Amino acid sequence: MPREGTPWQGLGIVWLKEMADHLSSARMRVLEWLVVLTALAALYGAIQSVRATTAEDPFLFLKLFTTAQEPLPSFVAFLGFLVPLMAIGLGFDAVNGEHNRRTLSRILSQPIYRDALLFGKFLAALATLAISLVTLWLLVIGIGLFLLGVPPGAEETLRIVAFLGVTVVYAAVWLAFAMLASILFRSAATAALVALGLWLFMTAIWPALAPAAAQAVMPSGEPAGVLVAGQMLARLSPATLYGETVLAILHPATRTLGPVYLSQLQGAVMGAPLPLGDSLLLAWPQIVGLIAATILLFAAGYVVFQRQEVRA
Amino acid sequence: MEDVVISAENLTKRYGSATVVDGVSFDIRRGEIFGLLGPNGAGKTTTILMLLGLSEITGGKARVLGRDPAREPLTVKRQVGYLPDNVGFYDNLTGIDNLHYTARLIGIPHEQRARRIAEALERAGLADAGRKKVGAYSHGMRQRLGLAEIVMKEAGVAILDEPTNGLDPQASVELLALIRALKEGGVTVMLSSHLLDRVQSVCDRVALFNAGRIALMGSVAALGRQVLGGGFAVEVEATGGVDLHRRLASLPGVQKVTAQGDRFYRLLCDRDLRSEAAAEVLAAGGALLRLGLDSPSLEQIYTRYFEDAARQAEEVRHAA
Repeated sequence: MPREGTPWQGLGIVWLKEMADHLSSARMRVLEWLVVLTALAALYGAIQSVRATTAEDPFLFLKLFTTAQEPLPSFVAFLGFLVPLMAIGLGFDAVNGEHNRRTLSRILSQPIYRDALLFGKFLAALATLAISLVTLWLLVIGIGLFLLGVPPGAEETLRIVAFLGVTVVYAAVWLAFAMLASILFRSAATAALVALGLWLFMTAIWPALAPAAAQAVMPSGEPAGVLVAGQMLARLSPATLYGETVLAILHPATRTLGPVYLSQLQGAVMGAPLPLGDSLLLAWPQIVGLIAATILLFAAGYVVFQRQEVRA
Repeated sequence: MEDVVISAENLTKRYGSATVVDGVSFDIRRGEIFGLLGPNGAGKTTTILMLLGLSEITGGKARVLGRDPAREPLTVKRQVGYLPDNVGFYDNLTGIDNLHYTARLIGIPHEQRARRIAEALERAGLADAGRKKVGAYSHGMRQRLGLAEIVMKEAGVAILDEPTNGLDPQASVELLALIRALKEGGVTVMLSSHLLDRVQSVCDRVALFNAGRIALMGSVAALGRQVLGGGFAVEVEATGGVDLHRRLASLPGVQKVTAQGDRFYRLLCDRDLRSEAAAEVLAAGGALLRLGLDSPSLEQIYTRYFEDAARQAEEVRHAA
C-alpha cells in the first residue's frame, strides 16, 4: 500500500520561509558584500586593460568577465572561488541547525513529509544564490555598459546568459554537498569544515595532483595517453568542470578542452571564434557532469535524511 | 472500539541487536489523560515517535484514531498535536510568526489563522509575549508556546513528551493546569515523564515503563492496590471512645489498623472508608479530631514494584 498524499505537500511554505530567513540573515549580507566588493575590484582591473587594448574584437564585452590585470584575478576566477563559498555558507547548517534548535521533530510532526523540508531548503538556498548572482550579473553588465560605452551583441548576450546559468548549476553542486554534510554531521562547525575542506581540495589541490596521479598509475604509458588520463582525473573536481565550461563559453575561440591534435587543426583558422552552439556542444559533457554531481549529492543526502532518527 | 483513540499492539523497536521498545501494548480511550512514566531511556520517546510515524516500527501494530501512522502519516499528523521533549522554536522569529509558519504547514485557511493563533496564545497565557522574539523566551514560555501550537491546531489528540522537564515548580504547576484544560476541552492527552509525582495528579491512567516494557498499567489507585496491598490508608485522630482500636479494625474492608500513641490510628483499607470510620468513632462515643486519606504515591508504587521484582529474581537465582 503506497503512502498517502504527495511528498510536495508544504514544499512552497518551507521554501518561502527558508528564503525569507536567508535573505534577512546577517550571513547572507556578509557574503553579498564580499562578492560585490571583489567583483568590483576585478571589474575595475578588467576595464583598465580592456580600455587600453581596445581593437577590433567582436567579443569585447566578454573580455569584461575574463580579463585579469595583475595582481587581481578576473571576474570569472573570482566568481569560481566565491560561489562555492556562498553555497556552503547557505547550506552547511540546513539540517543539523534544525536538530540543534530542536525544531526538527516539531516541524516533522506537522502534516508534511521529510521530502518537502529537504527539497524546500535546497530550493530556497538555490533561489537565494540565483537572486544574488543575477543581481551581481546585472550590476557587472550595467557598469560595463557605462564604462565601455559598447553594448553587447546578440551572441555575446546569449553567452553571458549561458555563463550565468552554468554558474547557478555550479553553485547547486556545492550547495548539495554542504547540505549532505549538514545531514551527516550533527555539529554545524564540523559540517562547515568538511565542506570547506573538500572545496579547497577540489579547487586548489586536485587539479595539480591529477596529472601526477595519472603518471603514477601508468608509468610507462605514452605521453598523450597519460595527459588525457590526467585531465580525466582532474575532471572529477567540479571546479575543473566549471572552469572548462566557462572557458568554452566566454572564450569563443576555444576549439577543444582537451589536447589539440594536428587533425583538428587542419583547415582551422587560428583564433577564429566558434558559433555559440558549437561552444555549448564543446562544454556539454562538463555541464551534464555538473548537473549529475548535483543530483547525486542531493540524492545521497535525501537517502540519509529519510533514514535518520529525528530525536535530538 | 469507537472510543479507543490510540492503540499499540505488541509494539517493538530494535536498533541492531538492542531492543529499545519490547512488545508494548496499550489502549488510550477518548478524553483521558494517559501517562507513560518511567526512567530516562526506558523507551517512552521511541514509543511516541512510532505512534507519530516519525520512527519506523520494527514489529507490532500501532493505530492512532484508527489509522496506521506508518501508512497514513499525513492524516495522523493533521489530527495529533505533538510537543517534543525540550521543544525548540525559531529564535529569530516572534512567537506569533513561529505559529504562523506551523499554521501554514498544517493548512489552516488564511482567514482563520490570526484568530486561532491569538486564541491559542491567550489560552497558553502568552497573549503579551506573542510579539516578542522566541529567543527572549524562558524555558517555561517555550513549553507553553508548544502547547499553544497544539491548541491552535485544534488537535483531538495531544502527545506531550516530558512536558514538565526542567521547569521550576511554579511553571510546572501552570503547565499541568493547561494540560488539564486541554482535557476539559475534549482532547485526549498522552504524556510521558520521568517525574512520577509531578504528573500523578493529572493522569487518569498510567503505564510504568521499565527497560522497554510496560511493567504496570492502570489508574494510580488501582496500581496502589495491586502493588502496595491496601490501596487506601485512612488516618484517624480521635480521643475518648470505648475500644476504638478493635472497633475500627472490625469495620468491613479494613485490613489492618496501626495505632500510634493513644489517639492516632492508621487504617489500611481496600477502598475509601473515611465516612464509615468517622461514624464508627462517633458510635463509640469518641471525639473525632482529624480525618485524612493518604492516597498511594506513584513513587512508592514504582519503588516497591521494582524492589519486589528484584527480590523475586534473586529468589529464583537462589532456588536454581
